[in-house]
Amino acid sequence: MADGGIRNPQCHVTLLPFCEWLAGTSGSTALRESILIYPLIESTHVLTLCLFLGTAVILDLRLLGLTMVRVPMSEMARRLGPWVIAGFVVMVTTGMLLFYALPVRSYQSIFFRIKVAALVLAGLNAFVYHATIERRLTEWDREPVPPRAARRAGARSLVLWAIVVFAGRMIAYNWFDCDKQPQPPIVNALAGCVARPR
Amino acid sequence: MSLLPFFQWAEATSLGEMIRNSSWAFAVIESFHLLALAVIGGTVLVVDLRLLGFGLRAQPVAEVAREARPWFIASLIVMLMTGVGLFLSEAMKCYASTAFTVKMTCLAIAIAFTFTVRTSVTSADEGRVRSSWRKAVALVSLALWFGVAASGRWIGFSG
Repeated sequence: MADGGIRNPQCHVTLLPFCEWLAGTSGSTALRESILIYPLIESTHVLTLCLFLGTAVILDLRLLGLTMVRVPMSEMARRLGPWVIAGFVVMVTTGMLLFYALPVRSYQSIFFRIKVAALVLAGLNAFVYHATIERRLTEWDREPVPPRAARRAGARSLVLWAIVVFAGRMIAYNWFDCDKQPQPPIVNALAGCVARPR
Repeated sequence: MSLLPFFQWAEATSLGEMIRNSSWAFAVIESFHLLALAVIGGTVLVVDLRLLGFGLRAQPVAEVAREARPWFIASLIVMLMTGVGLFLSEAMKCYASTAFTVKMTCLAIAIAFTFTVRTSVTSADEGRVRSSWRKAVALVSLALWFGVAASGRWIGFSG
């Protein structure tokens, strides 16, 4: 362990070289240095929270039996689903552009990593919901309060997306950045900081 | 009449000072502001989409609005409370920010519009409100809240 817990780059799988290559492309540089485009993409990413997460939250609240309880779940999903998906497409597109602008810093950000992990878990949660309890939707479609498994899926979704928003906002802060040393070894390990030749 | 003394007072409050001097308070309060943004955005959208003939269009407008209302009000309260915290911590920056002025103007109009015109349209008997009027109200509502959110985001880029 050199540099107070910063790992040697040879001893683990890393996407860092890819991110460094990406950062060197002309598109990434142009985006990073643009005065107007980057803030516009970032604002679109934030404002699309209303479309994507706002409608997803309403579906989750319905799963919890906390709103629109007289509307069948199938109706909720059919009518609001397309708006959730439209919002998700904008989120992913703008999100990838934001990553494209700052690949190395994002890759080595603890918060970005937490966000990606929570995103994967949220996706997994949605997949499990569709593959299990939603298969038996006809049995509980009109129930004001859906069965326990559906409620749990809704609650997990709310918690995971809250973590995504929280961690996403924190990416902007440089508290744990690799170029801010010394940091506790655990921070450097989680952020994937590597010792660089001086 | 200048509002400068008010902003100076806000900047000097102990709460504002506490948030300003903490390395993480602003970030955490802002994250809650964003979480509530998602909820308030969803509750505004679901009703305005319904007024426009999208989304939950098999349900009566009044029912969609009634069900969305408690969540709208709850998230609005969280927005206002966290917003006050953020404002107190950087009141003088807000004083100099055009985006902040635009946001507060849009916010005041949006709240007034929502609780008067929009509520009367969403709670009225559907046969008694012309569809074009419903759509106009939805578009004004969407424009106002978009103005609040967009100019709000822009406060962070100014100054």
